[in-house]
Amino acid sequence: MRILVAVKRVPITGGKMVLSEDAQSIQTRHLGFTISPHEECGVEEAVRIVEAQGGEVVVITLGPAEAEDQLRECMALGADRAIHLVSDEEWDAQATASALLDAIRSEEPFDLIVFGNESADAGNYQVGIRIAYALGLPVVTGLKGLTVADGRARCEQEVAGGRDVYDVPLPAVVTVKEGLNLPRYPSVPAKLRANRKPVDARPVERAAPKLEKLRLVVPEGQGKQAEILGHGPDAAPAVVEVMQKLGVA
Amino acid sequence: MTVLVFVEPDDELSLQAVTLARSLDGEVHGLSIGPAQAPVDVLHVAEIEGTYAPAASAAALVQLIEQLAPTAVVAPGSDRGNEVLAHAAARLDLPMAANVTDVRGDDVTRQRWGGTLLEEARVHAELKLLSAAPFAFPVGSASAPGRVETFVPDLTGADTAVRVVETVGASTGGVALADAKVVVSGGRGVGSSEGFAILEELAALLEGAVGCSRVVTSAGWRPHTDQVGQTGTKVSPDLYIACGISGATQHIAGCKGAKKLLAINDDPEATIFSHADYAVIGNLHEIVPAITAELRKARGG
Ligand SMILES: Cc1cc2nc3c(=O)[nH]c(=O)nc-3n(C[C@H](O)[C@H](O)[C@H](O)COP(=O)(O)OP(=O)(O)OC[C@H]3O[C@@H](n4cnc5c(N)ncnc54)[C@H](O)[C@@H]3O)c2cc1C
Ligand SMILES: Nc1ncnc2c1ncn2[C@@H]1O[C@H](COP(=O)(O)O)[C@@H](O)[C@H]1O
Repeated sequence: MRILVAVKRVPITGGKMVLSEDAQSIQTRHLGFTISPHEECGVEEAVRIVEAQGGEVVVITLGPAEAEDQLRECMALGADRAIHLVSDEEWDAQATASALLDAIRSEEPFDLIVFGNESADAGNYQVGIRIAYALGLPVVTGLKGLTVADGRARCEQEVAGGRDVYDVPLPAVVTVKEGLNLPRYPSVPAKLRANRKPVDARPVERAAPKLEKLRLVVPEGQGKQAEILGHGPDAAPAVVEVMQKLGVA
Repeated sequence: MTVLVFVEPDDELSLQAVTLARSLDGEVHGLSIGPAQAPVDVLHVAEIEGTYAPAASAAALVQLIEQLAPTAVVAPGSDRGNEVLAHAAARLDLPMAANVTDVRGDDVTRQRWGGTLLEEARVHAELKLLSAAPFAFPVGSASAPGRVETFVPDLTGADTAVRVVETVGASTGGVALADAKVVVSGGRGVGSSEGFAILEELAALLEGAVGCSRVVTSAGWRPHTDQVGQTGTKVSPDLYIACGISGATQHIAGCKGAKKLLAINDDPEATIFSHADYAVIGNLHEIVPAITAELRKARGG
């Protein structure tokens, strides 16, 4: 099995979004970075499949030089090697898909190509589907369950009141959601090993975006003034009064 | 001019998408796979045999786009709405703006980060593909379509190759998180899996559901089905009780739909308080049982 997982570096924004002066990005000076939980589950799933069946897990990202940190984290989870398309700019979903596609074509064939259902920051809901079409592969989205056996993928999606199941032949594209599995915490030796795994860095040029970001805006409605009902257990009667007022008690 | 909107039967988000479509210039046509109720001028009903097949829905949508030449296509901001629209965008090689809250000519405002950040963006395309951000648009009266027409898409084997082959029931007991009127939610402050017993007790008394933050699911204290947030479940109860949750934007993304938020936290500076309607400051391990006891007392007499 050869499995590719696409991951994107994003800031851990904490309690408040603070924008850069030009409103083009989030101020990240004091923030850590990560990948989407969806994508982390994608990496974990790929590693489990290869641990069980043999093969190779390749991770790919399109992002700034610092995104190598996230590739190393993925390799600490068990991915074997990484492809890093290096660009400081933010790309729209169409351009992202086409850059990833070029890299995928240079590395084919993969049995399974894994994306997050949506990126954490941009939330475009489309990069994986675009790549599936370009490669002429079947695609199933939003997986919370995946079983790969005998050249097929059984894919489970959570829907109201149950799970929809799809069964597709490999090679296939899937997009996954957090909850697919519980990713491992990488051990110290795994982190050290990850530092020695290969990262293939390739510079890429951004095409003019067809969905062009003009500016970011922090929505209103943050900074409410909460009514303090009290301190400690003595507040209980006031809480119950509120519940009665809201009609939920 | 024509605007086309993809609607699913019995789906509130589809009606919200119709509201967005109505705010644009032009006659509003709808496409549904199977019969649906939607207040559009003309509803094109496509019959596609068998279970849901995303590519088949998209093929129908693209063929109707070719026939009607609309200026915009709107889909609901649901998993399926975004999925079908993304398939169509891939087929047409056009940009797609997901989770749109506002349209001004070629410019759109769309949600990022689960709705905790907005982006103003320009769409460089004649045909705009937009999904409507959930709960950003009011729903008008669910009146019947002005006219109903049958649409017969021309489907290939490839369009129907990926489809639902089976639906298995979930064995989730209790009140489903997404529909609960009260959610008692716990974060790192709960401290352990066992620590959730006091939240369970309060939730049961209120006939509500238990939720949690991602720290809790990552630690394995609760299953991911309980997680509220950007990558968990989005809830909209009458009352959301956040116990020992700091209020990270990705958590708020899942509970900002709550009518009222009560935060219990021992840190008076916690961000959660700036999203809360009601605050209790202190140790949740003392406060939650006290609320349960008080509630029992109130009911007892
Ligand atoms: C892309 C992305 C997606 C994410 N998706 C989600 C998501 O879907 N859902 C989600 O929840 N998170 C999500 N997160 C994680 C999020 O950023 C936070 O890390 C997480 O929400 C923090 O959980 P917490 O509030 O329980 O923990 P903490 O931030 O550690 O807060 C614990 C709080 O408990 C209080 N406390 C401690 N002890 C007590 C006590 N005895 N009594 C009362 N209060 C006490 C503390 O004062 C503190 O405020 C996501 C992150 C990223 C980057
Ligand atoms: N810059 C990127 N680098 C690598 N993968 C990406 C990038 N952007 C998006 N993806 C992948 O595509 C998925 C969907 O992204 P989106 O369409 O932006 O919501 C993400 O979860 C990633 O798996």
